Amino acid sequence: MANHSAYFPGTATESSESGAPAITRMCAQERGHSLTVTRRRFVQGIAVAGLAALVEGKFNQAAAQAIAQSPPILTGTHFDLAIEAHHVDFTGRRRKAIKINGSLPGPTLKWREGDTVTVAVTNHLPEATSIHWHGMRIPAEMDGVPGLSFAGIAPGKTFVYRFPVLQNGTYWYHSHSGSQEQIGLIGALIIEPQAKDPIAYDRDYVVLLSDWSHTDPDTLYTNLKKQSDYYNYHKRTAGTFIDDVETKGLRSTVTDRLAWGRTDMTPTDIADVNSSTYIYLMNGNSPGANWAALFNPGERVRLRFINGSSMTIFDVRIPGLPMTVVQADGNCVQPVTVDEFRIGVAETYDVIVQPHEDKAYTIFAQPEARGRYARGTLAPRTGMTAEIPPIDPYPYRTMADMGMAGMAHTKGMKMGGMSADQMQGMNGMQMEGMGGNGMPAMKDMNQDMNMSEIKDGDMSAMSHMHMDQHTEPSNDPPVGKTPFPQPGPRTARLMPPPSQMMARPTQTLEGEVPLHLGPEVVMVAKNTSPRLRDPGDGLDGNGRRVLTYADLRALYRGVDGRQPTREIILHLTGNMERFIWGFDGQKFSQAEPIHLKLGERVRFVLINDTMMEHPIHLHGLWSELENGSGEFAPYKHTIIVKPAERVTYLVSADTPGRWAFHCHLQYHMEAGMFRTVIVS
Amino acid sequence: MRSRLALQLVLAGVLLSFAVTTVSAQDAAPQVDAPTPTSPLDVPTPAPNWPKPVKDNRVLTFVTFDQLEGRTNGPNTSFRWDGEGWIGTDFNKFWFKSEGRVINGVTSDGDQEFLYDRPIPHLRYFDWQAGARVDIDSGPRRAWLALGIQGLARYFFNFAPTLYVRDGGHVAGRLEGYYDLYLTQRLILQPQVEMNFYSKADRARGIGTGLSDLDGGVRLGYQFSRKFAPYIGYTYTGTFGQTATFNRQGGQPTGEHRLVLGIWLWH
Repeated sequence: MANHSAYFPGTATESSESGAPAITRMCAQERGHSLTVTRRRFVQGIAVAGLAALVEGKFNQAAAQAIAQSPPILTGTHFDLAIEAHHVDFTGRRRKAIKINGSLPGPTLKWREGDTVTVAVTNHLPEATSIHWHGMRIPAEMDGVPGLSFAGIAPGKTFVYRFPVLQNGTYWYHSHSGSQEQIGLIGALIIEPQAKDPIAYDRDYVVLLSDWSHTDPDTLYTNLKKQSDYYNYHKRTAGTFIDDVETKGLRSTVTDRLAWGRTDMTPTDIADVNSSTYIYLMNGNSPGANWAALFNPGERVRLRFINGSSMTIFDVRIPGLPMTVVQADGNCVQPVTVDEFRIGVAETYDVIVQPHEDKAYTIFAQPEARGRYARGTLAPRTGMTAEIPPIDPYPYRTMADMGMAGMAHTKGMKMGGMSADQMQGMNGMQMEGMGGNGMPAMKDMNQDMNMSEIKDGDMSAMSHMHMDQHTEPSNDPPVGKTPFPQPGPRTARLMPPPSQMMARPTQTLEGEVPLHLGPEVVMVAKNTSPRLRDPGDGLDGNGRRVLTYADLRALYRGVDGRQPTREIILHLTGNMERFIWGFDGQKFSQAEPIHLKLGERVRFVLINDTMMEHPIHLHGLWSELENGSGEFAPYKHTIIVKPAERVTYLVSADTPGRWAFHCHLQYHMEAGMFRTVIVS
Repeated sequence: MRSRLALQLVLAGVLLSFAVTTVSAQDAAPQVDAPTPTSPLDVPTPAPNWPKPVKDNRVLTFVTFDQLEGRTNGPNTSFRWDGEGWIGTDFNKFWFKSEGRVINGVTSDGDQEFLYDRPIPHLRYFDWQAGARVDIDSGPRRAWLALGIQGLARYFFNFAPTLYVRDGGHVAGRLEGYYDLYLTQRLILQPQVEMNFYSKADRARGIGTGLSDLDGGVRLGYQFSRKFAPYIGYTYTGTFGQTATFNRQGGQPTGEHRLVLGIWLWH
């Protein structure tokens, strides 16, 4: 674990008092199940932190130095946004775009937790528009999804969004109408915490990544519908056949070609839309424009990465500079230092970098399907550049991605290696949580959240959970009364009555839909497993330390300690050839909404039967990723599900409404990978 | 006479079924701000005039020419087209196919088809198609009922067998197939073949029973874009059995080798 102290302003105060960083000690002692004292001290630390002379991130100055190329920053509680059609030229061709208040991406909105904000959005486009506040937990009618939350904003009309801001962190906003995101209707959202920010930094920058094509979005989509490999210029050819024969031999090359040929799929199918038509932007700047962020050597720089692209999963790194991930999807995580991270469409990661040298660094974001890149520079002075690293090799899907690998690709534990005693030791743990996949699920047994939650071996851990509450919470689940707050330094974990705690949850399976091949489903993965420790296709063995979902451990305990009472199993399905996407073999227009009872806690089980990643986004509610972190499961709003992966997360259905649930790859969503979730 | 009636009935049926399915598939509700009624559970119900959150069942159109080419063997040149297209949604499409050959102002092989198309349940890449075929060219006109499948077979083979029936107990069959072999990302070698079979002779159109004709070739095209790829190739057109006999009697060649130049197009 990285040194926590570097990231917490409370440290200074605490250090002067006791000579030891508060958070570090707290975390250390958490593992010893003795938290009462330190937690109190931590709160004290927060209370006096404001008095300490701490260098805090200031947007104004830092941004001013990079302003030539950055969207403006708007602060306050009332905002007027004008959505207008413009033309821009990123590729040598003037193309239709959408700007907000004259900016592409739109202005960065800076809110304060606890405020009630008003955003008046005026539509100057000839078509309807909308703004969805991605990751915000707000009343459903403010969520901005035409058809679910409201009618949309008609041309010439103004819609006034007004809601209390009950969370903090880095988020973003975008249109939910057609493909307006693709042509610029996106922007960053920063919410300052009401309490002292647990993340210490001297400078603060938004790094909003997006993709841009001079082909209009409707043509991009219809091209895919008519020829799904339209943008794949990495097909297997006679040339690659000869290369493969030379390296792998004739027999294995032919076997491999035949195996893929039987399914009419190709291992080079990485991204439906890619560098063959896209260029990639950083805060609305092409790589040549070179967006720049300034620092003084030794300063801690907070970079808020937001993937605001339509179809592009990025791999981000800053060569020569380790990045410490401190927040994911707006929720603080225990710092973890990496060289690189993969960011799915709509995800956010906040990282801290601390360049000590007086030199420039390249912020490098290459799409998963490689080709081109987005790039910016972190430099002590304007006008500096650093070397741009070469693009990584084009990744290939494997039979593991097809869910056909069986145990062949699993590392380490074999079933034979698990003794009966070990199996015995698992008594009392909820095996149901592991799903019906049997052997493959065993691979990531140590990642199963139900087990890790009590992996320290004794149930006494639970009494500590009660002890560390400041105020003993009511044991009544807050059914529909108030939403659960975002976990923070002052939130308590709601624990069910001990009787309920000890009992096995009554898990009614929300019938796993039997799938068959057909026009909507080209593949049902035979072997699925959590691939949480797998950085993802194209990132294996690149010699860099790459963030995985297993590394994400929330800084604060989750607020809902109840066991889920239901599992909702959904297969992510598609027909690449026909470019039809959906859940359980159904497009949105074919499917019924998913119903959640207000106040209930459910487990979503997503099984990816396709050979592509899908960043799945649930509106309005948190998705608590079951990645082995137990009660420190990271709260997310968007979760990448890898090919042939089985991912689970918990959802507290605490906010009523009609919520969108969809793949955030724009054209997958348009092709049907969308469901309505009704909480009532 | 009877064939014309049959054709009309089929076309009417096809158009009707198409119209019904596509109209129901799409809603083009105007977007109007309207008060939202509230259900007893306090979850607002979308107003009828709200748009759908995603339009995953749009009507799209597609046109492609697999052959749009001049053919020559030196002294003689001909023009050949073979195109197809559709309008519709993922699950309901109206297809049209057109092919023919023009030599010295005389059109032959003028085969026009109008088909209703749906994916075949439990098959991933194949659609069934039913409708009508009309032979419209310089010869006598014929109308057929058509039933076929079209799609992607294993190993990326494109495959389309069709069965035709017309008055007088005439049955015909057609097999079409091609394969795109990518030499590079843009240079494509495409072997292609089309074969026609007939149960009964149709002397007026020069058609005999059994395997009547085969049109095959190999084309090498360069995709400047996916939608535009000029090609050069070689084709062989041959007639067989009774059809070949008719050809010989009419002083026509029974087999021709030609160099072709053309463009693959789609939109």
